[in-house]
Amino acid sequence: MDSQVTATVTQEDEMRATHPPFMKHHFATLSQQRETASMGMWVFLMTEIMFFGGLFCAYLIFRNWYLPAFSAGSNALSVVFGTTMTAILILSSFTMAMAVYSAQMRRKRPLVAFMFITLILGLVFLTIKGVEWHGEYVEHHVPGMDFSIQAFVHPTNPKAVPLAPDMAEKSQLFFSLYFLMTGMHALHMIIGISVLCFLLWKATKNAYTEGHVMPIENFGLYWHFVDIIWIFLFPLLYLISRYR
Amino acid sequence: MSTILSLPDQTTAKLPRKHFLNQEYGLRSWLLTSDHKRIAILYLCSITFFFVIGGVLAGLIRLELLTPASDLLATDTYDKVFSMHGLIMIFFFLLPSVPATIGNFLIPLMIGARDVAFPKINLLSWYLFVTGGMVMLAMMVLGGVDTGWTFTVPLSTHFLNTNVVAAATGVFIAGFSTILTGLNFLVTIHRMRCPGMTWFRLPLFIWGHYATAILQILGTPVLAISLVLIILERTLNIGVFDPTKGGDPLLFQHLFWFYSHPAVYVMILPGMAVMSEVISTFSRKRVFGYTAVAFSSVAIAVFAFFVWEHHMFIMGVSQYSALVFSLLSMLVAVPSAIKVFNWSMTLYKGSITFEAPMLYAFGFIGLFTIGGMTGIMLATLGMDIHLTETYFVVAHFHFVMVGGMLMAYMAGIHFWWPKITGRMYPETMSQVAAMMTFIGFIVTFFPQFILGYLGMPRRYAAYPADFQVLNVFSTAGASVLGIGYLLPMLYLPWSLVYGKIAGDNPWQATGLEWQIQSPPLTENFIEIPIMDHEAYDYDWLANKTRHEVQTVG
Repeated sequence: MDSQVTATVTQEDEMRATHPPFMKHHFATLSQQRETASMGMWVFLMTEIMFFGGLFCAYLIFRNWYLPAFSAGSNALSVVFGTTMTAILILSSFTMAMAVYSAQMRRKRPLVAFMFITLILGLVFLTIKGVEWHGEYVEHHVPGMDFSIQAFVHPTNPKAVPLAPDMAEKSQLFFSLYFLMTGMHALHMIIGISVLCFLLWKATKNAYTEGHVMPIENFGLYWHFVDIIWIFLFPLLYLISRYR
Repeated sequence: MSTILSLPDQTTAKLPRKHFLNQEYGLRSWLLTSDHKRIAILYLCSITFFFVIGGVLAGLIRLELLTPASDLLATDTYDKVFSMHGLIMIFFFLLPSVPATIGNFLIPLMIGARDVAFPKINLLSWYLFVTGGMVMLAMMVLGGVDTGWTFTVPLSTHFLNTNVVAAATGVFIAGFSTILTGLNFLVTIHRMRCPGMTWFRLPLFIWGHYATAILQILGTPVLAISLVLIILERTLNIGVFDPTKGGDPLLFQHLFWFYSHPAVYVMILPGMAVMSEVISTFSRKRVFGYTAVAFSSVAIAVFAFFVWEHHMFIMGVSQYSALVFSLLSMLVAVPSAIKVFNWSMTLYKGSITFEAPMLYAFGFIGLFTIGGMTGIMLATLGMDIHLTETYFVVAHFHFVMVGGMLMAYMAGIHFWWPKITGRMYPETMSQVAAMMTFIGFIVTFFPQFILGYLGMPRRYAAYPADFQVLNVFSTAGASVLGIGYLLPMLYLPWSLVYGKIAGDNPWQATGLEWQIQSPPLTENFIEIPIMDHEAYDYDWLANKTRHEVQTVG
């Protein structure tokens, strides 16, 4: 009698191990589900690369045509802010990687802690970005909103080369692309942070520490991707001819 | 006439007791479904709706062009009508036509899976499609748009006061639907194949959709960003496309055609995918040169990304790059020709029968070949300068898109209708419809080649009186074509109730989808099948045990 009961329990356990509650009905095995989800994320990131690709393409063409205006515009940005934000994002990528590791190790407390730190770092990044945008608004560097080329025709910095007015006009293009690219990046950050909040809430309910790590791994991929986009944006926007 | 059609005894035959259509009832069970077959039917209904709108707009265009003067429609109304005809037909009918309906229904069935990789994303992409469509309809009600479907800059950004932003938003949203569909199919084909279903046992339908998915994934995001730039240029004057601020209108052309040329292959490749299935089944032969046809799909997908500049030969691009793009454009003809030759070789010494899907398929081969050959003429630089922006171009892309893709779509709908619904369409009626479509099409669009060659420009409401005879031909043909499309819209719903019971495999076809009951179960297969033979193996089918139980209940 006893041995029979034990046998049934073991069978159920096996069922639970091969068909856990988070396994979707249309997959044959758990590993198939994992591989499918992972591939889906990679393909999605590919579409994102193409999306940003259009902007990078526009940037490269105009930078090639109007290099003096682009360097002047770039030098008007704060390299301190840029570097700080880069450091914060890289740090947040590290904490996200640690969160994925904690989920794989099925440790809830570190998972929640690392996700929380990632969330805070993301918010700090956005705050600095907002402060920076406000600064550009104050200096009349927002295209379409009382844009002024004054700072490029008559630079206050004695080392800066003054631009001819027609070239200085082109700095508007630089700032258009700057706001487009950093704006699009910030939009991705905001989406990422929203998803992260949801995942964090689920993580506190043990959703990802019982073998179901795919959502965390996939979100990690997304977060690193947004990070990498910034790694390209930083030198392209902030560091043109900086130390010539 | 001989036929391969084998229906069960109609006095005793019944639809299976349980299938995906009667699994659940009610609006909710449809709007919240994650079953790929039901989503396919949702798509089928919505694209038919848009097809009717686009078709009515086409009718208005042809009516206006019946006389040389701009009398039925004012010039600006005419501009809006042809713009919205293009936008609706391309983004809301042709792009989702085969992949989102037939492809959605069949890809999991053909590869032996229970569903696509991401069923909920599949549903999401339908909702995005419908949302985009609603924005589009709202835009039309609020006064429409007259940029042409190409959103040409600086016309669309600086010189028009119509609803460009709304139109761009609608297309942008629908674009995400395309991206998600492509993503879903790509991952499904990679990860969801049943045991034994190797890459070279896949039906060519799957190869065609695989190539389509690559194009959807890599192309559509670029369209999305160029539409974002258009919207921002109009609303915030960012200057990226504005020459007065140092921007470049040609940049928009590059970005737009980088997507929109691959997009024509998104439209045609699924049609070619349908063709391989239909031609093989109705000539009782394995598709000749299976590997070549499979790889030609992928080759088209690769070449598609390197030809976009042929839309810009008259826009002041460098002569050297024009030379290169002219050559590359001609190279695309090679994989397309490989397909046409292989289909012809499949027909050679096959046991051909002439049911409606096959008639449509023959229409495809003829019309697509003409469309493709005139494409090569247009890829030739000197010729292109003479013919760009004339009716020659209009005729060329209608031969490929309507003559090719719509024929293939109709072939596919008829071919898989018994699988989707469990009932046969009326054969004689649909043969008449296929013939009318073909004749109507030729009469509509062949005169346009001559008109274009004689120099009649596209996109004008009025034209010199010399061109009237050919335009009258064209309009008359359009009426026949219209009836050809109207007939299936009447008899297909009719057949849902009165059609003969089709049974599992009315065409004696070899695909996995034909080895299960029709309509299929919600979970597709009772047990995941194991593929142990090549695609299009008619000997395997003949030797298959005849009394297998395929139906539940």
